[in-house]
Amino acid sequence: MARLEVGQIIAVLKEKLPDAVVEEVLDGVDPFVVVKAEAWAAVAGLCRDDSRLGFDLLSCITGVDYPEREDGAEIEVIYNLDSIANHHELTVKVKLPRDDPRIASVEEIWRTADWHERETYDLLGVVFEGHHNLVRILCAEDWVGHPLRKDYEPPDSFHGIKNVIY
Amino acid sequence: MTEAKIRTEEMLLNMGPQHPSTHGVFRVVVRTDGELILESESHIGYLHRCFEKCAEGNNYLQVVPYTDRMDYLCAMMNNWGYAVAVEKLAGIEVPERAEYIRVMVAELNRVASHLLAFGTYGLDIGAITPFLYAFRDRERILKIFEKLCGQRLNYSYVRVGGVTFDMTEEILADIEAFCDYFDPKIIDEYDNLLSYNGIFISRTANVGVMPADLAISYGVTGPSLRGSGVQRDLRRDAPYGIYDRLEFDVPVGTGEMGQLGDCWDRYMVRMREMRQSIRLVRQALAGIPEGPFCDKKAYRAVKPKAGETYKRVEGARGEVGFYIVSDGTNIPYRVKARAPSFSNISILDKLTSLSDVMVADLVAIIGSLDIVLGEVDR
Repeated sequence: MARLEVGQIIAVLKEKLPDAVVEEVLDGVDPFVVVKAEAWAAVAGLCRDDSRLGFDLLSCITGVDYPEREDGAEIEVIYNLDSIANHHELTVKVKLPRDDPRIASVEEIWRTADWHERETYDLLGVVFEGHHNLVRILCAEDWVGHPLRKDYEPPDSFHGIKNVIY
Repeated sequence: MTEAKIRTEEMLLNMGPQHPSTHGVFRVVVRTDGELILESESHIGYLHRCFEKCAEGNNYLQVVPYTDRMDYLCAMMNNWGYAVAVEKLAGIEVPERAEYIRVMVAELNRVASHLLAFGTYGLDIGAITPFLYAFRDRERILKIFEKLCGQRLNYSYVRVGGVTFDMTEEILADIEAFCDYFDPKIIDEYDNLLSYNGIFISRTANVGVMPADLAISYGVTGPSLRGSGVQRDLRRDAPYGIYDRLEFDVPVGTGEMGQLGDCWDRYMVRMREMRQSIRLVRQALAGIPEGPFCDKKAYRAVKPKAGETYKRVEGARGEVGFYIVSDGTNIPYRVKARAPSFSNISILDKLTSLSDVMVADLVAIIGSLDIVLGEVDR
């Protein structure tokens, strides 16, 4: 298949899933598309399986905490998709409420999502529904809190090891 | 009849976190039936140093040294990945001379990293000699880097807007001398010493076979993915810097010793990449122009406009990516690092379940994926 521009990729998404796309930003540093949280699983499946898109590589999952947004505190989960065959990429964002961030897991679609989702859960507390083993991956199992939340306070000690700040 | 009294049952075996063949602090719990591995479970995080959290407390230039410490075996590529992302955000133009220097140091760093992979892979399999030769030659590269920036591992040399110090004529001569010394004579020697050694082949061919579609699904990139025959190299497919002007081939696995995507293929891709890297260094040496080595303003401070970007470069282990969110201040709002080893090692549990893997093969598989735990855990 051939390489598509971001606008064409979004057009395919809109054609197949008319209600999924909430917002598209094409004039930023990187263009991206925002999709509804409920629609993410369907969008992900379409992204991989539609031959025009063919996003076979999930390159990265990023979570960003925005506690002070005007329309309510949010956590953004950002998926960077890549197509090795078609040489095009897409950035998909999903905005979740900060007090209860829940989104469908895509580990069945891209196996790499397994560890990336665990990392996002560990560091930001995003719950990926349907993940077979959503436990901490980088921090210790009994760690408290999610360090990349903006209001995170590091503990004074952990199992008797003091937190020394120089 | 003593045989009847021998009980056989499955055993849980813990490998690591301190284990010489895991190349760092990596733990695998394996369920074994005798020598055979039935199932494995990887545990990471022992080396977590909160890179992403630290990045939210330092300004854009202060983050660079943290990126060194992710993949300390090819720090230049981490610096570069971070630098291209910030340059994209801030709209900084990199001087031509700096682009040539970047290619030179990055490719030399790739050779140094692959040399270490080659040496330690020999060690893992039981061949001690290649390791000594590999370190002899890696040392030459590290000496060049030491002369260039005073550091042997954590260079912080590629920085936002260019590089930290200018390249001198003396160092250029050193690099040229290294290329002439190394390629083709020394790499041929390595191939004779290890690559086509019968014992080495029987330990690595047909072991840990990684089908291409599975590898992509697990996010495997770099030489490990190319070992499965996938033509994918960001330097060619999504060129950054001046790679679109340089000529090089992308070696991929062919399954010539066994099945496509086995440990030998992944190993051999690295050996062949070293030749291509030297080829790139030679082209950069021939074309390096005079001029500034860094953007003057960016050398002092960087303050991008609000925005976000995701940029990747081809590191020695795969695609090094940085997702950076700027809120318009001089401190990044969020920096997310995509470390190639993180995704590459996640396929290990699958590989052990795909075929009959012996405990000794597990060592061969981990070695062939060439992970650096510093970047797995960040």
